[in-house]
Parts: sequence; C-alpha cells; structure tokens
Amino acid sequence: MAGFVPDWTLQRKGAMDQARHQKKIREALKQQLPDLITEDSILTADGGRVVRVPIRNLEEYKFRFDPWQGDRVGQDQGEGKPGDVLGQIPAHKPAGAGRGQGPPGEIPGIDYLEADVTIDEIAGLLFEDLGLPYLRPKMQSTIPRPTFQFKDISKRGLMGNLDKRRSLRENLLRHARQGASNVGPWQPEDLRFKTWVNVPVEDNNAVVIAMRDISGSMGDFKKLMARTFAFWMLRFLRTKYEAVEVVFIVHHTQAREVTEEEFFQLGESGGTKVSSAYELCWDVVQHRYPPTQWNIYPMHFSDGDNWSDADNRRTVEYLEAMLPMVNVFGYTEIREGGYTSTLMSAFTKIKHPRFQVVTIGSRKDVYAALKQFFPRTGEGIGYE
Amino acid sequence: MSSASHYPSDDQIWDLARQEGLDPFPVICEAVPATILYEFAAYLIPGRMSHWSYGKAYHAMKTRYDYGLNKLYEMVINANPAYAFLLDSNSDLENTFVRAHVMGHVDFFKHNLYFAHTQRDMLDVVARHADRIRQYEFEYGQDVVERFLDATLSIQEHVAEPLPPLMMSARQPAPSSGADGWTDLWQSLPSEHHRQVKPSDQDDRDVLRFIMEHSDELEEWQRDVVAMVHDEMVYFWPQLRTKIMNEGWASLWHVRLMRALELTDADVVNFARLHAAVTSPIPYQINPYAIGYAIFRHIVETRGIEAAFFVRTIDDDVSFLRNYLTESLVEDLHLYVFGPEQDKIVVKSRHWELVRDRLVKEFLHGGLPIIEVADGDFHRRGELYLIHRHEGTDLDLLYAERTLEHVRLLWGRPVHLETISENRKLILSYDGQAHSKAVV
Repeated sequence: MAGFVPDWTLQRKGAMDQARHQKKIREALKQQLPDLITEDSILTADGGRVVRVPIRNLEEYKFRFDPWQGDRVGQDQGEGKPGDVLGQIPAHKPAGAGRGQGPPGEIPGIDYLEADVTIDEIAGLLFEDLGLPYLRPKMQSTIPRPTFQFKDISKRGLMGNLDKRRSLRENLLRHARQGASNVGPWQPEDLRFKTWVNVPVEDNNAVVIAMRDISGSMGDFKKLMARTFAFWMLRFLRTKYEAVEVVFIVHHTQAREVTEEEFFQLGESGGTKVSSAYELCWDVVQHRYPPTQWNIYPMHFSDGDNWSDADNRRTVEYLEAMLPMVNVFGYTEIREGGYTSTLMSAFTKIKHPRFQVVTIGSRKDVYAALKQFFPRTGEGIGYE
Repeated sequence: MSSASHYPSDDQIWDLARQEGLDPFPVICEAVPATILYEFAAYLIPGRMSHWSYGKAYHAMKTRYDYGLNKLYEMVINANPAYAFLLDSNSDLENTFVRAHVMGHVDFFKHNLYFAHTQRDMLDVVARHADRIRQYEFEYGQDVVERFLDATLSIQEHVAEPLPPLMMSARQPAPSSGADGWTDLWQSLPSEHHRQVKPSDQDDRDVLRFIMEHSDELEEWQRDVVAMVHDEMVYFWPQLRTKIMNEGWASLWHVRLMRALELTDADVVNFARLHAAVTSPIPYQINPYAIGYAIFRHIVETRGIEAAFFVRTIDDDVSFLRNYLTESLVEDLHLYVFGPEQDKIVVKSRHWELVRDRLVKEFLHGGLPIIEVADGDFHRRGELYLIHRHEGTDLDLLYAERTLEHVRLLWGRPVHLETISENRKLILSYDGQAHSKAVV
C-alpha cells in the first residue's frame, strides 16, 4: 500500500464526543447557576476571566479505592528521607466534599472534574432565562440603533450577496442584444449585487434606576448580595439592550446620585431614610425620563431597616405615586434573620402588578430574584 | 548522501526484530496526525463506540499535547496483523525508535499467556459494537442509550479476569458461601416466588455477566450493550495486568534493536535522549517504562536472554514484581513508599522489601477493588447483594454510593454493597429513591 495516504480529516469521532461532553458540562453549569453567580470572585472580574467550577455529575463514578488511604510507591532522585513531608491532605477531601479547595498539587489520586468557564459564558447561560418585562416602544429614542436593509442593487459587491435573478437577466439581455436567445458565457458586467442601506431604528428606551442602601445596618453579606444582584442586572441589561441608561442612587438618611463605580464600592455608615431615595428617584423620573418616552425600572436594595414608621409612610406615598409611571418597581429586601422589616410590612399592603418584592436570605436567592424581576416573555409578570 | 536512506523501512525493522529473537505478528505501521493518534489513545482502540467519557479523555489528552506537556509517539493495537499508529510529526529517528519499541509490544501480545484468549480481530468487533450502539441510539434515543452506557461503564471493570490457558479455574467455593442446604429446600417448595438467582462460582467475579444474565429489567438491546462492554473489557484486561511488563519488554527491545542498527554519532546521542525521556521518573508515581525496563535488563544481565523470554511468556505485573524486583533495583530506581500520616503525605520507607510488597499490592487485580456478586435474590425480593473483598484499603464511599445508583439502574431492584470502612463492616444500599448505610 505504498503511497496510500488515508484522509484522516474524515475521522471526527473524538471531536464529536468531545462536543457531547462539552454540552453536558453546559447543562451541568446551568444547574449550578444559583451558586455560580454569587461567587465572590466574579463581581470584580472582567468578562474574559476564567473561573474553575467543579462539576460533580460528570465524574465517571465507579468502585474505586479511597484516594487518601493507603500507601503508594513513588520514584524520585533518591533524595526523600523517611518522614519527609510531601504534601498536605486537604481538610475537605475532594472525594467527599461538595467543593474542592483549589488544586491539590501533584499528589495523584484526585480525579474530579473542573470546567474552566469564562464569566461571559456564565452570563450567557444566565441571560438565556431573562427578559425585560412590560417593555413598550416609546416615542423618542436617544440612541438610534442602526439596522441593515437590502434595498439597493449595485454592479459591485460581495459574492454572498449576489442577486442571481437580476444577474441572469443582465446576461440574457446582453446576449439578446447580440442576437442570441439563451444564456451565454458570463462576463463580470452581468453580475448584480444586493446592497444594503443603514436604517436607524428607534429602540425601546429603557432606564434603570438602581438604588442601594448604604446605611450602617447593611453588613458585609447584605452588601455583597445587593452588589451581586445589581452586577448581574446591569450586565444583563447591557447585553440584551443597546440603549439602556442607568442612574445610580445610594442612600442612608440622604440620597444622592453616584457613578457606577461608587455605587458598587461605597462603604456603609449612618441611619436609613428610604424616602430620601424614592424622592430623588421621583425627581429623576420627572425631570429626565418622562414616562411618555421611557421604560422605567427602579430597583431598590435595602435591608428594610428604616428610620421610622413616619418615613415608611412617606416612602409608600412616593412609591404609589411612581407606580403608574414605571414598568416595574423592584424592591429587594436582604435579610439575614427571619424577621419581617417594618418597611416590608408597609409594602405588603400595596397590591399592584408593577410592584415586585423579593427577599434574599441566602446566596441561592439571587438567581430566583433575577428570574422574578426579569422573566422571559409570557412568564411571571409578562408583557402588556 | 540523503539522511533518510540509512533509516530502516517497516519491513527491515520487522526482519531485524525476528533476527534478534522476537516473534511479532505482522505489523502495519501508519503515520497519523496528532488529533487521530490522541483519539485512538482516548478510545484505546480505533472505531470503538461513542461515549462522552471518551470525548472527555480525548480533550484532556489533546490539551496536554497542545500545551507541550506530553507527547505520545505511538499507539499499538493487539491484533493480528497488529496495527501501529505513529505520530506524523515524528522525526525519522523517532520513528525508527518507536517502531523498534512497537516490535517489543507486538511480540508481547503474541506470546504472553494472559493474552492467549484475546480476540485478534478486535478492531472489527469494536466497529460492529459501535454500529449497534449507533443503531440503538437511532431507535431509542441518544439520551436513553447514553444513560444506559453511563451505568454499564461504571462497573465495566468488574468482569471475570480471563485466565491463561495453563491455569485451572478449579477454585472450590468457600464453605460459607453460595449453595447451601437451604437453597435446595426453598427450591423444592411450591411458591409464587420462583426467582432463585444465586451466583455460581464462575459468575461471582463477573458482575457484568451476572447482571446481563439475571436482571429482570433489561430489554434485549440493553443486554446487548452490557455484553458488548463486557467483551471489550475482557479484551483489555490483560493490558491492565501487564502494564509494567509490556512497557518494560518494549523498552528492552527498542534498546536492543537500536543498538543493532548502524546509527550516526548524532543519532546515538539523540536516541539516548529519547530513551532517557521515556524512562525518567514521574513525581509521586512510578514510571512503568523505567521499572519494567530495569527489571528486564537485570534479568538479561544475570540470567541471560532466554530467561527474559520465559518471563515475558508466563508472568504478569504482580508475579514479575514479586519475583524479580531486587534490592539493588529498588535502590537504583530510587523507589520509596509514601502515604498519609495524620493530615500529611510523608515518605514512609525506602526499604526494598516494603517497596516491593507495596508495589505488588498496588498492582493486584489491576489496582482495582474486587467486587463479587453474593446474592441475586437478597431478602428474597430479587435484590442484588454485592461484596467488596476488602484487602486493606477502603472504598471511596461517595463514589461507591454513586456507582450503586448506576447498578440499581441495571438491576432494576434495590442493590446492596457490603464493604469494610474504618475497620467496621458496612452495608451500603440504594433502592432507587434513597441511600442507606448500615454498620454491622
């Protein structure tokens, strides 16, 4: 068979089974989303960063020996003396623990699968399930979104855009002029191409007004949950919609507008007057985002530990005044204990389809909260 | 003069191997790109059935290759004629060295007694298996077949070790096990309960076969899948139990054949470098090339080449290590015992007998736990009772529980596994809904 070279490029089994495995990883990742999106390391990271995610259900389970029990034989250069320490057994053995604590070095025996995923991939999986509720086309757009429409015909263009019918007609016409009645040899001048023009299309205007409680009672966990939720919310909105504006407001007893960076980083101090934030929100809506032109999504994160009942009443007044103007008003209460806050008690009296309340008590709740605020078409709050 | 001309052809190397005393099957060498070589290595044999776990292995191996962490020079298939796939980017010298190495493997496949039963047309067999799996996927859906394969592959290693033809399978059943008077008594009673599944002594080591023959739940295609996985495993078993010997023998012969060739000075140096690379120590593991080569070389030096041929024919890794790993070899190879002590991994000993005994233990039964079927009608409700023959090391209990879920799928009724954990007898059970654990 000398000289016979088989075409190995036809052999694709490995690649196909690899793809199947990757698909299973994706499914497994999706099941782990509630845990994944609250990973501390993700909030500050840029999209290309890779995080390692242990995937238990894709391990190939079999009867095997405890990898941390029993002696083994190794080979070195003769330098190891009895008693020399080669490594540490992790406190949580990967074999039994839910989550591994980093790579265990070079000691063999640990065989659990970790997938390397970028934050963009996690975002992609998450956003498949989210949508913007009650979105309506509004009058005036700030950022026109260009779209392409094939409206024109040209003699030059990309082969992919060849207009076959027109090209054929040109060819027939040219040969007809020379007295022939059928399709003849092709010349470059026969070809006609479809070309496009840019047509600016008005997008749905949307503004998110993100409000965060930075009072003294917002401890580390509460702060982290608020930031995690806001992080994914903003990332989601910016991925799905080209024209989304965001206003950042923080408040303790007073509210003020801040930059995105400050919104995520500001530390805590002082008491809480929620009405201050809602008043500012009202103000912003009135002066900058008239409801006739904007889809408005105010989102407020707090532990509900408000100053006084009087302020709760004030808060409810502002809220009720705003509800007819907004698409959805979201209130996220972050709690560590089981008690109901005074603000929450005041809010539960409000029955309005545009008012959504969510309680986050643990990390897993962030995912559920995102899905409640931003359901896909037809689910949850739904479209008008 | 062109440099290629003084490298021998495939046929010349085969002829040389025979002159030097080897007796390999005919060998067909093919140069393949890395993607293909690593694919074959991940599936262990070309044309094998599809499963995501092979894709996972392929991805892992290929990634290591892409990052330059590991290079596979060849892959040999135990068949007649044998197939050797060589990496197409190998240099002429590398290819000569690799083919010399291949001759050792193919001779080993042909003559080692543990391979006597292996089907030498396995390439065709696995291709037919792959076709049938594809057909089942078409008929029953990929997810269904995949789920079933997941379960079957989880216990694929628990087949009866094929015995070499010289050995008798005349092991007497232990007095306490298996058939006793009660069984006969029950059988004679007229009863609605007619399920009497007791393992015979041929069956008890072969969990897969037992399930295939006695599970009430399996459909025909599922029985066929279990049978295919079973037969492929029986083919691979001898390779599991002769890793050190096979690589050692091939390494001994790549050295002997390369020395018989007339190499340039530069090639002698390059070959020495290649040989050193494949026999270099791996941290916290043993390199089968290094140990196997050292032992075979020692046998040749002390007892002559005929003794080495004899060993190649009748031994497996366990007897090879037990009989021929000497004090001087343990020292020269810098072998040592290490293991857990409290929360640390420490070097325990360099004493040669401890090293040897530990190594023998590591290779017993291919380094896998022995699981046997004790009862296919446990509780008289058709439940499956497996026993782990504990030999000093506990099972990974998390893995065992998850594996029981797979076994439950195959058996269709509750399954139990008896083992020993931290010196106490333990029975793990899974009934399809919940796990339970009983300390006895």
